[in-house]
Amino acid sequence: MEMNLRETWTVVHGMVFGFIFLLGFSGAVYMIYSMKPQLLTAEGITKTANAAKVYVWGLALSVWAAVFTGAWVVYPWYRAVPADGTTDLSTFPKFLLLASENTAKWHEFGMEWKEHVAFLAPIAATVVAFVVSYYGPTLAKKVGERRAVMIFFIFAFVATAIAGMFGAFITKAAAVR
Amino acid sequence: MATLAKDFTEKVNGPVSAALLAGGIGSAAMGVITLIYEINDKSAFAKSMTWSKAVGGLSGKSMWSIIIFFVAWAILHYIWKDKETDFARISSIAIALLVVGLLGTFPPVWELFK
Repeated sequence: MEMNLRETWTVVHGMVFGFIFLLGFSGAVYMIYSMKPQLLTAEGITKTANAAKVYVWGLALSVWAAVFTGAWVVYPWYRAVPADGTTDLSTFPKFLLLASENTAKWHEFGMEWKEHVAFLAPIAATVVAFVVSYYGPTLAKKVGERRAVMIFFIFAFVATAIAGMFGAFITKAAAVR
Repeated sequence: MATLAKDFTEKVNGPVSAALLAGGIGSAAMGVITLIYEINDKSAFAKSMTWSKAVGGLSGKSMWSIIIFFVAWAILHYIWKDKETDFARISSIAIALLVVGLLGTFPPVWELFK
């Protein structure tokens, strides 16, 4: 069950930071959705808003950590170029994937999409965190703003889910070792 | 009760519009920069995106998008911080820009332009 440094960082990137956001999203988006006078008392809205502020900033920080550990720690290992004549590509995941027609698309489509779309998630999540913090309980009275915030949040989730899904599949096909 | 009344004090929507629009601009920036890069990854523009050899072009693409997001936010917040804005229009534009970002980062779209 040992993991080397690269495998550990890959886990931290995807299964800690990325996972925190993916798992925490549904609770946070429901909190924002439920901030309605029809569903909660004024006191309930205030308590929900105060908890939501901490929750969504935590999720935003988590997804920033996910993209930065991904791009600046794990990705360089993924895309490292093997020396000429290298036959064992197991520690060069990108080139291992590209070496076969059967696996090339995992890089050409999967990684190329994942590495770019992922950066949209922390931008959108930060906007959500700001709006929830700025309005606080008043967000309950702002139907349009609440809807826009939920759209941004769902967008962040979709971007993260795409990145997470392809990260998992690519790791299965060619892990960073 | 006084505390609750204070919790529900009205605030102008300018800062919220600023954040949303900046988020859309940052997202669109990532999409457009990525698209331009992928159309010709040997161009001077593409080469200028390699801020880190280890990370490659992703380093510049992502950092530019993040910088554009925060700069746009700072500017828009400064302009709108005490104002009531047309939130419906601005949020629609912001969401459309999110879609631009999504499309620009989608590899099949790059192929349409190559």
